[in-house]
Amino acid sequence: MDFYSLLIQLLNAVQYGLLLFLVASGLTLIFGIMGIINLAHGSFYMIGAYLAFSLASLTGSLLWAVLLGTVLAVALGLFLEWALFSRFYRREHLEQVLLTYGLILVFEELRSLILGNDVHGVAVPAALSASIPLTDTLSYPVYRLFMSGVCLVLAGGLYLLIQRTRVGMMIRAGSSNREMVQSLGLNINLVYRLVFALGVALAALAGMIAAPASSVYPGMGTQVLIICFVVVVIGGIGSVWGALLAALLIGLVDTFGKVFLPSISGLLVYLLMAVILLWRPEGLVKRT
Amino acid sequence: MNRKRLTLALSLLLLAAVPLAGSAYYTELVTKVMILAIFAMSLDLLVGYTGLVSLGHAASYGIGAYTLALAAPRYDPASLWVTLAEAVLAAGLASLAVGFFVVRVKGVYFLMVTLAFAQMFHFLFHDTDLGRGSDGISISFRPDASVRGFTPFDLGNSVHAYYFVLVVLLLTYAFLRLLLRSPLGHALRGIKSNEHRMQSLGFPVLRYKLASFTIAGALGGLAGYLSAAQFGFVNPELFGWHQSGNVLLMLILGGLGSLTGGVAGAFVFVAMQELFQALTIHWQLPFGLAIILLVVFLPGGLASLPARLRPPRPEGPFHV
Amino acid sequence: MSEPLLATRALTKRFGGLTANSAVSLDLRKGQVHALLGPNGAGKSTLINLLSGDLPVSSGRILYRDRDITRLGPHQRSRLGIGRSYQKTNIFGPFTAYENCRLAAQSRQPRPWRIFSDAQAVPAVRRAAEAALEAAGLAAVADQPAASLSHGAQRQLEIAMVLATAPEVLLLDEPLAGMGADEAHRMVELLQKLGPDHAMLLVEHDMDAVFAVADVITVMVNGQVLESGPPAQIRASPAVRQAYLGDDDGPPGAEGGAAARPAGSGGRSA
Repeated sequence: MDFYSLLIQLLNAVQYGLLLFLVASGLTLIFGIMGIINLAHGSFYMIGAYLAFSLASLTGSLLWAVLLGTVLAVALGLFLEWALFSRFYRREHLEQVLLTYGLILVFEELRSLILGNDVHGVAVPAALSASIPLTDTLSYPVYRLFMSGVCLVLAGGLYLLIQRTRVGMMIRAGSSNREMVQSLGLNINLVYRLVFALGVALAALAGMIAAPASSVYPGMGTQVLIICFVVVVIGGIGSVWGALLAALLIGLVDTFGKVFLPSISGLLVYLLMAVILLWRPEGLVKRT
Repeated sequence: MNRKRLTLALSLLLLAAVPLAGSAYYTELVTKVMILAIFAMSLDLLVGYTGLVSLGHAASYGIGAYTLALAAPRYDPASLWVTLAEAVLAAGLASLAVGFFVVRVKGVYFLMVTLAFAQMFHFLFHDTDLGRGSDGISISFRPDASVRGFTPFDLGNSVHAYYFVLVVLLLTYAFLRLLLRSPLGHALRGIKSNEHRMQSLGFPVLRYKLASFTIAGALGGLAGYLSAAQFGFVNPELFGWHQSGNVLLMLILGGLGSLTGGVAGAFVFVAMQELFQALTIHWQLPFGLAIILLVVFLPGGLASLPARLRPPRPEGPFHV
Repeated sequence: MSEPLLATRALTKRFGGLTANSAVSLDLRKGQVHALLGPNGAGKSTLINLLSGDLPVSSGRILYRDRDITRLGPHQRSRLGIGRSYQKTNIFGPFTAYENCRLAAQSRQPRPWRIFSDAQAVPAVRRAAEAALEAAGLAAVADQPAASLSHGAQRQLEIAMVLATAPEVLLLDEPLAGMGADEAHRMVELLQKLGPDHAMLLVEHDMDAVFAVADVITVMVNGQVLESGPPAQIRASPAVRQAYLGDDDGPPGAEGGAAARPAGSGGRSA
């Protein structure tokens, strides 16, 4: 493999890893802070992608679609937290599983009812549709770089949030201890609502920016949820930076697996997980 | 206690009488329910008695079903007894292999890891030659029950098939009851109640969990086999996570840790499914809403079940 | 003097930057009650956790009958004959007291995989469970769910479960914690009765109890062994009085039975 092919694959791997991180970080934050196991998290990614598709055809601009879609995703997150999840913080995980399983059925069926079961494409915006030529035959699409860029900016924002704010202190402390949170002077209900909405928005945003690069299809939510579970298992539960590490690792394994071992590339991610389970059953980044 | 036995006896009589009503549709529907009931009972060993909440139990179901499809000759019926044993063995061995990895993780982790491994099997049978592609495999002949020329029953006859599945259901129940009465069964309950103490009392906890995972998988494979024999068709969706989710749902609906709960749950599940399917092709919408409403507004009904992923949490969610 | 059953050599445990146990070496011999004293945070519970295998060691060795068991897991050590109780009651709440002990005894059953046998019908296991309940004074409440027992009875059950596994070495982490006077008295009697047949490591804040049963006392401060020897030596030791009690009100466990408590121990509260 020559240098440029390698570079392209590397860029793809990082882009895929960063995208996974956006989705998985919300999952792990919501679990880490509120103790909620949310099977419907993948649905938010799916909802984001379908929002991008419908809003882009409605407004004619992906930018507007993403802006509007993000607002809608935040609203959805706030609503769900208020109407459902806030009742489940102190309940059994099995009941959370039941609730979020029901939510998946509802989201999937609503999607089918409103938009059908077809696979859709979303056009790359004209400003980002160019490709950067690398050699005579190889080039790299600008949109993919843009995706990585957006993910990096969001990851940076998440970093600032966690390192520099009082909410971040709580995330770092890794505690859902109400007294501790209140002693930091935070309104716990508000924090929970905002963190939940943030998680939903990150997943939906990932779906929106991924829509033009992949396509928009019915099973995409489940697929991303399962890979995100692998990310969380490998990274270590509740650890945001473990999730980043694991997501990039999975991006590399998946992308280069497709190049070198195409027939079994789909297995590699699971094999990676199996190895990690033997080596470090608690994940790469263990919380103390 | 007597009342409970009476209910059981009456339900059994009722079950045995279903084919007498003469409706082929209901005979086949209840056959399907009983297969799901076996599947749910096998999961109960894991969730209700060992405290391991799996969201990947469909893997064993799929392997059991595919064993029949792959083992059956194309132009002849397969031997019921041979392929049945092969299916149980294959599902048990696959569960043993997966279990080796997953029993190391605890709590919510376990749910995630089992889901991921089930997805791995979905991939194996969907995208590689092993499962002959995403369209699945038709099984042209129902397994043949003959032993040395004597044919006790014919699975092609839906009434015969009904009673065969009913007998398998009862045998599975009896097997699990015996198992739960044994030292192994008591040890599994101990692990569910307090894994740490079991370990410090000298129980090799991982080995016990692996045994539970393997037995549950083997019985899940039995259910999958029956479904393949009944419907004559397998496809990768048998491994799908909805399959795992639905069986967990049945178990929660019917009540964990009672074996009969899984049977009741299978009936409730299929009844709800039939009801909503009669209303709309988008039946998952009212079905999903019903689940949400149930869990939101009837916490007592569910909380009264020994439904837990782990002991009550005195501390934050990181102490999983 | 008999050979040590369980011994530690330069056992050290670090949690990040904190050294909870530093080069601890001690011997536990059969027929000897070895008490471990020290203020909270001295590393007593950590030491028990290292010995039972609940925590991995950072460095040093643990020997059982001269065999290195430093890397064995908790269940393997239990099977060798090292039984432990917990400071925070650690029982099977939904099960009866009898079943708690029966399960403990079952761990010693030779063929646990006979899945068509009845767990309740193994005579040796039944007897071991009943004997353990009897010894701990719980025969009367054998059929009550463990969670419904009084705190004192739960503490007794904690010990009974260990006894049901017929261990040679007993690692007891504050068996008297939170007990009333009567219960504590009975527990001390039980400990005295167990002394001759076991090698016992006893972590306990109740000085009266310690001086009543201990043959050897080791005092730990800040994860290190300060002094080790017979009760009389410890009682007379100026170093112990200075470092551990932080005062010179008189020797711990002084005549008259006034319960001298280590400073800052918070008494016996669980």
